[in-house]
Amino acid sequence: SRQSGLGKSTMVNTLFKSKVSRKSSQPGQEERIPKTVQLQSITHVIEEKGVKMKLTVTDTPGFGDQINNENCWDPIIKYINEQYERYLREEILISRKRKIPDTRVHGCVYFVPPTGHWLRPLDLEFMRRLSKIVNVVPVIAKADTLTLEERAEFKQRIQEDLKTHAISVYPQEDFDQDPEDRALNDRIRVSARVLGRRGLIPAEGGAQVPWGALVENPAHCEFPLLRDLLIRSHLQDLKDITHNVHYESYRVRRLNESNRPGLSSLNGLPGKGEASSHL
Amino acid sequence: SAYIFSCICLLYLSHQNDGCRTLPLSMHVGFDSLPDQLLKKSIKQGFCFNILCIGETGIGKSALMSSLFNTNFEDSPSTHFLPSVRLRAQSYEIQESNVLLKLTFVKTVGFGDQVNKADSYLPIVDYIDAQFEAYLEEELKVMRSLFSYHDTRIHVCLYFISPTGRSLKNIDLLTMRSLDSKVNIIPVIGKADSISKTELQEFKKKIMTELVTNGIQIYQFPTDDETVSEMNTITNGHLPFAVVGSMEKVKIGNKMVRARQYPWGIVKVENESHCDTVKLRRMLCTNMEDLREKTCAYYELYRRCRLEKLGCKDVGPENEPVSLQEVFEAKRLEFFLEMERKEEEIKQRFVQRVNEKAAMLEEAEQQATLENRLHREVLSHNTWRYLKDKYMWHLGTWFSGGVGSDGLTVVFHDLKGLSMSK
Repeated sequence: SRQSGLGKSTMVNTLFKSKVSRKSSQPGQEERIPKTVQLQSITHVIEEKGVKMKLTVTDTPGFGDQINNENCWDPIIKYINEQYERYLREEILISRKRKIPDTRVHGCVYFVPPTGHWLRPLDLEFMRRLSKIVNVVPVIAKADTLTLEERAEFKQRIQEDLKTHAISVYPQEDFDQDPEDRALNDRIRVSARVLGRRGLIPAEGGAQVPWGALVENPAHCEFPLLRDLLIRSHLQDLKDITHNVHYESYRVRRLNESNRPGLSSLNGLPGKGEASSHL
Repeated sequence: SAYIFSCICLLYLSHQNDGCRTLPLSMHVGFDSLPDQLLKKSIKQGFCFNILCIGETGIGKSALMSSLFNTNFEDSPSTHFLPSVRLRAQSYEIQESNVLLKLTFVKTVGFGDQVNKADSYLPIVDYIDAQFEAYLEEELKVMRSLFSYHDTRIHVCLYFISPTGRSLKNIDLLTMRSLDSKVNIIPVIGKADSISKTELQEFKKKIMTELVTNGIQIYQFPTDDETVSEMNTITNGHLPFAVVGSMEKVKIGNKMVRARQYPWGIVKVENESHCDTVKLRRMLCTNMEDLREKTCAYYELYRRCRLEKLGCKDVGPENEPVSLQEVFEAKRLEFFLEMERKEEEIKQRFVQRVNEKAAMLEEAEQQATLENRLHREVLSHNTWRYLKDKYMWHLGTWFSGGVGSDGLTVVFHDLKGLSMSK
């Protein structure tokens, strides 16, 4: 999720090698900035070598585009919590389905604009709140506008910022289960945070530039690393952490509410003290 | 281990497709590695499998377990004189290649030994229910950790039939009927080397007909998946498995083979023409995942009954869905009331025991006081006489003393040391 024009749709399409999401603005059209952040979800089924996957991509056009962006994360947090709520309701039914339909958000890719300086207050606020309820993967968008040194410095500063504000993004350090995991995850933390992508899919209309940048070349951008992270090695891990950690904390918060009507937790506010009472 | 791998992949491939648009991919993305990721995680976590063996004492439950897993699970043989049926559970960790299996082997002790067997099945049903209850309790907790919970629910029940060659006994029917809605039952004929081949065919047919006539649901190996359906259909026709187990190995040629040696020959456990032990092992390993799935289904049934008994409902009296808050309040209240009731019961029992103990102590004390008094009286009487002999009472004081050396004077000292002579 991020502001319009940072290339979210293009990235998703490149990641999944198909037209998963439509680009929200065509060149030459007047784009009206929406009054509120609207979430748009599209679901597809993709198959590869006999493995079918139901992929849902949720986009957030209009985020951060307002003049006053206070609480602009609320609709997003509300959406994420709604999915947890849906799962929870299915889970506590007496006659419940054998396979509960899972619409929970497994990963959230946060696009940081390539300013080259520090994370902005909006970014920090947003990531801070979101990393508590979902796996956040921060990504520097359109990084081909930064030189390699600028990139490295920016990355460093972002990591420091996150550490200072105690924002724990995916892969979270507390879940490294053994030295093997930790080595792999450290590599990811240091490198795959930064992503640049430049859509070179012909169907896009051929957005190539004279000085040429290739998406798949790891020397130019770390897109392959991100793809490997999200899909090839850590897809299951993302799902597991969502199920075992984030969903469970949502459930605890929800069950600890006593006589208040259901909606107060949907703003991401912490619940009333985590007494581990039996139901 | 190859069987376990394929099962996990099978599980993953059956994804639901409910009406979404299928999107064609232009290049290789790489999520076909998802089953491998799942596999890696599962292997790291290890698997657990719980087997329950029900059978008479001495029918070969431990021997079969040792033969199935090719490890000698040491266990002392049990006596025939137990007053009721009990269950003994033992857990082992065995490893094959890099797959770790936590195996829990529960067996009945004293089954079929009592004169009155009417209640024999009750401890077994209670045990199975207790495992479901433990899981349900963990699931209903507010702070729970289901992914690291050691699942003790019984995945498969091997019911040992005595090799009489005739038919099932009444106790077999009774026990299996009470268990068939709670656990996967695989009937096996124990000590099958005591029946001849022709008798065995007849016996198997008879058993299966009786099971059908009495409406007992036993576990059928799944035939809907093409990779295993052919093998499973054939195996379903071999039920019940005629098994032979052995804890000992016999030297045949230059190898040590698990077998039973008789004067007339050797029964090899691993030989499929001698007995069905290998078939059973193959079936268990290939279908472990399916057994686990069906156990989850039995658990759901148990959970539903239990929650309904606690008074929970999914739908309110006007058929509209009950809100989450109400459901939880109701459940919490019920649970709380039950807890209160149990607490009261325990308190009552405690008070009762305390009173009983107090009464006992009081009685004992009274007894002791009585004895004490008697003792004191006797003692004081004896003391009095002693004192009388040794001392003299004169004018209100005790004097000690004796006859002087001349035999005429009697000297007395009072107990304070003053003397007086007379």
